[in-house]
Amino acid sequence: MTTAIEFRDVTKCYGNVRAVDGVRLQIEAGEFFAMLGPSGSGKTTCLRLIAGFEAPDSGQILLDDNAVTALPPYERDVNTVFQDYALFPHMTVLENVAYGLRVRKVSRAEQQRRALEMLALVKLDAMAPRRPHQLSGGQRQRVSLARALINQPRVLLLDEPLGALDLKLREEMQIELKNLQRRLGITFVFVTHDQGEALSMADRIAVFDRGRIEQLDTPRGLYTRPNTAFVAKFVGGANVIEGALAQRLAGGASHDAPAFAVRAENILLGDVRNSAATDVMRCEGTIVDVQYHGAASRYQVRLSSGELLTAAAPDSIHQAHWRVDSAVSLSWSRDAVMPLQAAAASNST
Amino acid sequence: MRFERRPSTDGNGQPVRSSNAAARPSLFIRVAAFAGLAFMHLPVLVIVLYAFTTDDRTYAFPPPGLTLHWFDVAFARSDIWAAMRLSLRVAALATLCSIILGSLTALAMSRSRFRAKESITFLLILPLALPGIVTGIALLTAIKFASIDPGFWTIVAGHTTFCIVIVYNNVVARLRRLPPSWIEASMDLGADGWQTFRYIVLPQMATALLAGGMLAFALSFDEIIVTLFTAGHERTLPIWFFNELFRPRDRPVTNVVAVVVMVVTFIPILLAYSLTRSADERN
Repeated sequence: MTTAIEFRDVTKCYGNVRAVDGVRLQIEAGEFFAMLGPSGSGKTTCLRLIAGFEAPDSGQILLDDNAVTALPPYERDVNTVFQDYALFPHMTVLENVAYGLRVRKVSRAEQQRRALEMLALVKLDAMAPRRPHQLSGGQRQRVSLARALINQPRVLLLDEPLGALDLKLREEMQIELKNLQRRLGITFVFVTHDQGEALSMADRIAVFDRGRIEQLDTPRGLYTRPNTAFVAKFVGGANVIEGALAQRLAGGASHDAPAFAVRAENILLGDVRNSAATDVMRCEGTIVDVQYHGAASRYQVRLSSGELLTAAAPDSIHQAHWRVDSAVSLSWSRDAVMPLQAAAASNST
Repeated sequence: MRFERRPSTDGNGQPVRSSNAAARPSLFIRVAAFAGLAFMHLPVLVIVLYAFTTDDRTYAFPPPGLTLHWFDVAFARSDIWAAMRLSLRVAALATLCSIILGSLTALAMSRSRFRAKESITFLLILPLALPGIVTGIALLTAIKFASIDPGFWTIVAGHTTFCIVIVYNNVVARLRRLPPSWIEASMDLGADGWQTFRYIVLPQMATALLAGGMLAFALSFDEIIVTLFTAGHERTLPIWFFNELFRPRDRPVTNVVAVVVMVVTFIPILLAYSLTRSADERN
């Protein structure tokens, strides 16, 4: 596999804020790559650096092993699907899609033919003579996709492309995007703050926090082996246990890591009773909140030592008597424990 | 119709619209509003009426009779034609200069952020806010200092100083509403700076440019204060009017010319208004 995009120690500051802070990154050709993080974590800036809308303060950006750091956007073999779609309102749908060919001085007939082909690919050929404002949100999204793909870029950048769509449309577009990427074999780089979207679509995910990559892994790797407390919480909302409680539960020397994470769905809720199984970790507390989610309910439990943990349990009849203020025990198998790096170590990656 | 030297809101090209949701105003307010309108516009109607009168000395009401005779007289007078031609040439050229300079300034100011931006915006607006007499004296001093003979070109330069502001205001307001992602999308798809300007930015600001140009034209066409200082021996139409006041020969002829001027300035202002309004509604 060849490298489609490489970041070599890229830093970008806005005033005193380091939006991107010494990022090193390699994205393989043909990969569906997600940049995941909260707003202000630097993921969108990274995307804009690849597109050429921003120039890094230091470091190098390579596309197909060629340095492009100094090239303007129109000289990069990369196209972007914008968050607001950025369709040109004074042009028809067809003219929007053909724009990339028009500015490259392709003949009019060829423009027409290929633009219609692209529109057929996103199933919108019937909309060709319309204006963007006559389309629905989902249709505009697909037009902007067709427009970005018409120049057959090596890399397609997508900036929160599904953010403005409603839930049902979003799920459909996730599948459609994934199919499109498989069919075209183009590298997709996808920016999102929605961990579910990243987990379900991407081959690999870079989790961003404060301008740095916290962890770069496959979706399964991120979910089952988060490196840091930030990743454990941000991806799947795991319980992070550290400090005195971690020491007590781990039983001293059995774990080197001073902190670990446990997923809510791996925590078993039970009535308070004495049991002495040795392969489980166990603690007790009081339920402070119950959220019903259909298939499962999420219970917030305040431990006697003050920490707040979340357990998810399938909604079965014998659990229905747990409500706020019920005393419960929490237990989980040692296999479910995900050791984390100390906070200090995670900041120096 | 007089076009004010210091318009308050037309600079943004945005008509002020009242909300339909508000309750009906009281009778007093409505009467007062119509009285205000009458106060502003009845004198204009008087001018129109006395362009057709058969009495050539007084403003007796009602006019003793109506005639088109004065149109013939005005039509035959070469001094009117010369003044009209000069004013049209000055207005056309001042408009052209201000369209080019005003839109270039707007493009530069809207796409950049720097420390002195506020002060430069203020300096740009200043010629419009400054009393015309100050602009006039300043320009006359500068013309004398540079030992240029005042004439056609100095009038054009003088008018351009405040016409730029009109175009600048219109265009900068439109550019402010242009999402940066459109320009980025264009560049992303392979268009260089010029192509992006030609295909994306220019079509978006075209109506603002046209509206600004028409307002600038109307402003220049009837400008007198700055013109008095910069005209030298040239006589634009407003100066011709000014002179006629002291030599009341065939008084209704003045009214005839006023009616013609009214029509000439009214059309572009109406067009500019409808252009900006339709563009606003489309966005």
